[in-house]
Amino acid sequence: VSAILPLRGTTLRERSAAALAGDGHLQASLRGTTDALDGRRRNTLAELDDPDGLRAAARALRTDAIARLPELLEQVADGVEAAGGHVFFAADAEEAREHVAGLAERRGARRIVKSKSMVTEEIELNPRLEAAGIDVVETDLGEWAQQLDGEPPAHILGPALHKTKGDWVRVLGGVGYDGGESAEAMTAFARATLRERFLNADVGITGVNLAVAETGSLVVVSNEGNGRLTAGAPPVHVAVMGMERVAATWAEADLLLALLSRAGAGVSLATYVNCLTGPRRPGERDGPEELHLVVVDNGRSRILAGASREALNCIRCGACLNACPVYRQIGGHAYGWTYSGPIGAVLAPLLLDDVPEAAELSHASSLCGACWDACPVGIPLHELLLQGRADGAARDHGGERALWRAWARAWSRPRAYARTGAPAGAPVPDALVPPPFRAWTAGRELPRRSGATFRERWRRGEVLDP
Amino acid sequence: VRVGLFVTCLADLVVPETGVATARVLQRAGHEVVFPEGQTCCGQPAFNAGFRDEATRVLRRTLRALAAAQADAYVAPAGSCTTMIRTFAAGLVGDDDEDLRLVAGRLFELSEFLAAHGGALAGRRADARPVAYHDSCHMLRELRLRDEPRDALRRLGDLELADWDAERCCGFGGTFAVREPELSVAMADEKLRSLPPDAVLCGADPSCLMHLRGRLRRLGSGVEVRHLAELLEEGTRP
Repeated sequence: VSAILPLRGTTLRERSAAALAGDGHLQASLRGTTDALDGRRRNTLAELDDPDGLRAAARALRTDAIARLPELLEQVADGVEAAGGHVFFAADAEEAREHVAGLAERRGARRIVKSKSMVTEEIELNPRLEAAGIDVVETDLGEWAQQLDGEPPAHILGPALHKTKGDWVRVLGGVGYDGGESAEAMTAFARATLRERFLNADVGITGVNLAVAETGSLVVVSNEGNGRLTAGAPPVHVAVMGMERVAATWAEADLLLALLSRAGAGVSLATYVNCLTGPRRPGERDGPEELHLVVVDNGRSRILAGASREALNCIRCGACLNACPVYRQIGGHAYGWTYSGPIGAVLAPLLLDDVPEAAELSHASSLCGACWDACPVGIPLHELLLQGRADGAARDHGGERALWRAWARAWSRPRAYARTGAPAGAPVPDALVPPPFRAWTAGRELPRRSGATFRERWRRGEVLDP
Repeated sequence: VRVGLFVTCLADLVVPETGVATARVLQRAGHEVVFPEGQTCCGQPAFNAGFRDEATRVLRRTLRALAAAQADAYVAPAGSCTTMIRTFAAGLVGDDDEDLRLVAGRLFELSEFLAAHGGALAGRRADARPVAYHDSCHMLRELRLRDEPRDALRRLGDLELADWDAERCCGFGGTFAVREPELSVAMADEKLRSLPPDAVLCGADPSCLMHLRGRLRRLGSGVEVRHLAELLEEGTRP
């Protein structure tokens, strides 16, 4: 089992090393699960008539929604309130946490059920609720396993996607399971255990996949049905939403759900698509007595105002993680925080602008562009990673900038440039590429040039056929 | 066609045999080849690291030298450097930069150029081993050149293209290769898992090849690693 290191106080290189140091189980697990998800993504997208056209349309409508975000959020809030719900705009993680904790306290809540929500991980909601003595249970199977194992989610969509069957038996064994490696037996155990929690919960907390502005409705998708029970069974439903998750109309939501389902879980439509407009109305038999929507900013306004605004177009399907060759090697935990993979590497320096260690995450990529190819809303993630690196470089007035300056001075003069070429047969000198060039030799032979440089041969007339 | 060779820094200073092969292949396809000597590098290493001013300085130097040659077309033996100038350079020097407009509009990666202007270039490959072609990322996803390099190889007759994990990133990634060396190497190993042991590894980007060759040598593997231009040159010798 690979150790999980925190973001603060460590480097990406150290965290990657920890992930790579295992016996290869992590990588084998990641290979199997991400390949399966990526394959299902390709197959289900291919069912559509014009996947590329729909992707372009989705990109345009997300860009438009983000451009109109303040207006659309106001419309969402008006709609939710008109339907009898309550809306709170949280400027940061603390405001969001305190608001949710306050709601729970006012209801005297002792037991809370949650369906999987990355934004509640981002704002670190569970520790705050637990500190208030509340019993919080995650009800997404994978997320529950992570909670029982004391691990954060390792993937946006499949929080426990790195876990093997053996891991599952071990984790569920801790809460009384003894049915062996059968997936059916484990599922039946989880169902029986969690069902009782749903029925006894005082508050249910969900995320929000999309808020539809034209009706003030919240769309929560899940593939296990736990989202519906979390939102509908307890007397209070608290929906926590990143402030960018807005669609103007149901027609737009329809397209986004079609792409989200395919790109994320690799299904034509998520098994449970819950469209929630307000709490239970008089005469209705189910649904919560109270509905609260918490809209979380927590740095998103900063992104909206900057050069990486398109990062807000993300609908959190996780497809970029499955396609990423870096994620495939190190998994989600090596990124050090809630969001991993290419989108996590883009968001980290933007959302965690007060955490120095987050800045280097824009380097957690070979810039291969597989993420961009996989993204159902066409976010040029590799370009946003380059932007993140430029943002980081702009704050560097020391060592690395000095090296690049020296490089630029030499390489903008052909003669000085030509001298950086290695003598025949000898290793290329470190000056050719800035430090830590020696790092190249960690696992690779240094390149050696045989004979003169190309330009020297050209000058001697040795290049072309006679 | 009067072709200006944009040799790129690696094919100039590290693997000159790739530059030489490129020039000869272009010559054998019937073109006049010129080499604008004022060129250095496209600036990608610094751009990729986030140091855009420094990248721009080097990029301008190369654009100026290439533009001054007034060639009908420019050809590079590297999909990545071609992408830097065609796709990313406008963000550094502005899309109204005269040198950029002149060069970017007529710059091609080698196999891309041969697809349109390869004429009757044909030859034979004496070696019966399969060729495992590696799709480099910029070339595949930015320039969308998937068939062109394979078609160029087919100019050498009925060679066998190996079925392997051709489109997976090799893990080089520019500064990534030295910033995150262990990860970069792990990605090379992932790529190489599916390489048939009897194949010749071939690509159209000297940087990926330098990385994969370095890894294979360190592992003690004797697998031959060749640039596309070199295989074409060998197979078309007069």
